[in-house]
Amino acid sequence: MSDTHAQTVAFVRETALPPAPPPASEAGVVGWMRQNLFATWANSLLTVAAFYVIYLLLSGTLPWVLNGIWNTDSLAECRETLQGQVAACFSVLTERWHQLLFGFKYPPEFYWRPGIAFLLLFLAAAPVLFFDLPRKLLIFTAIYPFLAYWLIWGGTIWSPVFVALGIAAGYVVFERFGKQSFATGFFGGIAAAAVVWMLAGYITPMIAPEQPYLEAVQSRDMGGFMLNMILGVVCVSLSLPIGIALALGRQSSMPLIKWICVVFIEFIRGVPLITLLFVANVVLAYFLPPGTTFDLILRVIIMITMFASAYIAEVIRGGLAALPTGQYEAADSLGLDYPQAMRLIILPQALKISIPGIVNVAVGLFKDTTLVSVISMFDLVGMIRGPILASTEWNGVYWELFSFAAVLFFVVCYGISQYSQWLERRLATDHR
Amino acid sequence: MTALTDPPKESFRLSMLINDTRYRSLTFQAIALLVLISAVAYLASNLMANLAAAGLNISYDFLGDPAGYDINQTLIGYTSQSAHLQAAWVGILNTLLVAFLACITATILGVFAGVMRLSNNWLVRKLMSGYVEIFRNIPVLIWILIIYAIMTVSLPAPNAFRGDSPESTMLLDSFAFTNRGIYIPSPIWGAGSIVVVLTFVASIIGVFAYRRYAKKLLFSTGKLLPMGWPSLAILFVPTILMFFIMGQPITLDYPELKGFNFRGGLKIGAPLIALWVALSVYTGAFIAENVRAGILAVSKGQTEAAAALGLRPGRIMNLVVLPQALRVIIPPLISQYLNITKNSSLAIAVGYADITATLGGITLNQTGRAIECVLLLMLFYLVISLGISAIMNTYNNAVKLKER
Repeated sequence: MSDTHAQTVAFVRETALPPAPPPASEAGVVGWMRQNLFATWANSLLTVAAFYVIYLLLSGTLPWVLNGIWNTDSLAECRETLQGQVAACFSVLTERWHQLLFGFKYPPEFYWRPGIAFLLLFLAAAPVLFFDLPRKLLIFTAIYPFLAYWLIWGGTIWSPVFVALGIAAGYVVFERFGKQSFATGFFGGIAAAAVVWMLAGYITPMIAPEQPYLEAVQSRDMGGFMLNMILGVVCVSLSLPIGIALALGRQSSMPLIKWICVVFIEFIRGVPLITLLFVANVVLAYFLPPGTTFDLILRVIIMITMFASAYIAEVIRGGLAALPTGQYEAADSLGLDYPQAMRLIILPQALKISIPGIVNVAVGLFKDTTLVSVISMFDLVGMIRGPILASTEWNGVYWELFSFAAVLFFVVCYGISQYSQWLERRLATDHR
Repeated sequence: MTALTDPPKESFRLSMLINDTRYRSLTFQAIALLVLISAVAYLASNLMANLAAAGLNISYDFLGDPAGYDINQTLIGYTSQSAHLQAAWVGILNTLLVAFLACITATILGVFAGVMRLSNNWLVRKLMSGYVEIFRNIPVLIWILIIYAIMTVSLPAPNAFRGDSPESTMLLDSFAFTNRGIYIPSPIWGAGSIVVVLTFVASIIGVFAYRRYAKKLLFSTGKLLPMGWPSLAILFVPTILMFFIMGQPITLDYPELKGFNFRGGLKIGAPLIALWVALSVYTGAFIAENVRAGILAVSKGQTEAAAALGLRPGRIMNLVVLPQALRVIIPPLISQYLNITKNSSLAIAVGYADITATLGGITLNQTGRAIECVLLLMLFYLVISLGISAIMNTYNNAVKLKER
């Protein structure tokens, strides 16, 4: 028998050792680095390579950015100040910021108008984006499009007011009759709105003041980043309902409607946006009644909206297809008719599934608004490529201008995608 | 006694058209058809009236007229006296060229970045997310313009290569990077070169045949032939042998500085490079996300099960993870190829002569045939898109999970 059992051991510890901190190599900064940067020798090699790349990037850009000059009047003056040093001439931004943001024809004394419209956009979008906010704020969202139109374009206040009245009349009729029969309410609403608009067409010229409170600004005077924002916001918000309608049409059991939607979607998705912009620019006029002149911005909005709605339709179709058939059957068994089933059961779920895709389309669309510069509209990129780089003072400042445009777009697009990820987490109701 | 009788035949009432589900869909379709026909008729009548007012008619005769403009980068014969149709062909080939090149490089870049985003290395992971986020969130047009600016502003002009102690020198005496483009050696196909090329094609077929044979042997007998070095040997040895047997028929034509510009060799113009690089890095960022999602979609249990069977990591990747990941990766990848093809229409911003720039740009402006040109342009892109998606669907059906 062994002598080393409990009774024979001279000393037995009666108190636990205090917990010791982990070894230095496993905790804190060192441990983190060992695990994440230098786990294996191949990993270490990658780390060193990555550090080298970062060093190259920073050593190339940081001095250029930090030594940048912000307060000269022309590139020649800026070069003189730099005396051969390699650094940025950001003065082009300080001198031309208003052109980059508003275009070169928008009257400078009215810059506050699009500025306010931009700030109010956040207020209007807030209740839609963050649905914890009081629902009453949605009233402002409903007013916003008309208010923003009036602020940016100016002119008599009565035209946006009457447009709003027409929509309100249509909505009231729909609420009244839509309960019994969706079709009656829908077509009745359209008819009511049309009546109001026709009346407004007669009344507005009579009551419009000679000198409107906000002076009218022509569409062709819009430009810069403002134009990108207008196109992006308007086209995304218009394409969402049209996209939903197209997606439902494509899922429809009525062959004719289904095929109209399929042909439309496949056609639009098959051609690049540029060709559609060409259509807006040179072809669309041929299809309008003789003698009508149609605002170029309006034509572009029509084409970009068609483009975006085809893509959104496909995203939503994916969401509709992902819903289990049981949901459709449940709606049927409750005795809901088609519009009710869609509005109350199918679409809320399908839209939730489609959020990432819709946001992708929205971001892509916002980026694509720069393409209007190809048909010589002066959006942000168009301003840079056209008037600013062509001017004698700033001929040759590519980096500063393009970096500015890139940063502006990055901030907006990255912000949107971060919002969509937050929304996905927020709406994740399936506990997995 | 119960006798089933048909319900009494209801006489048809007009309200049934909207309230009876049997007839309602017909009503709606009839309305839709009516709206569609009247809309088309309205647009067509407008078109006719506008064309008549402008004294125009729809005609494609202009395609036969001499184009009268020069194109700096052509793959087929073209002079300014060639017809507009020939210019359109040049544009089509240029579009396909840049799309093809960009698809290859974007895939390589995207797969690399996508795999690297899953690396254990924190720094590499963050660097790659930075790449993806930055390139995804900035418009491709800005990237094209930035890279074109790099090409034209930062690189030296051809005359910087002149003199005894030039400011710039050619890489390996055969590659010249100038602001007009990159000059590289071009092959000269001498007599008998066709045999070498045919040998090379035959070796490619041979490699596939060998791999197929090896696979069959593995499945039937369990014996595994080596794959790597025999494939390489089959690919290169016969071609090199044939190259020397035929007396080195293929030689290189090096670019040389003569006068104000380079002569000889092959010129890849700055617009093509700007477009190619920009489309690659931009779409590469999207492909990286697809690849990452595809690899993440293969559940970890698959890897563990394969490891439990005793497979080595390389085999696990090849035999278990990749076949499943590819099923998720390929469909979005092909949409990205489609996007590259469509985005190549932005060539017009840097002056690369693709179909949008020739047919939709200069030809349209010169002839004023807006409707015909835009129609042809759309038709071209539609054919490409539908073709690619047809291939995609065929592939998808081949690899999708066969359930029940």
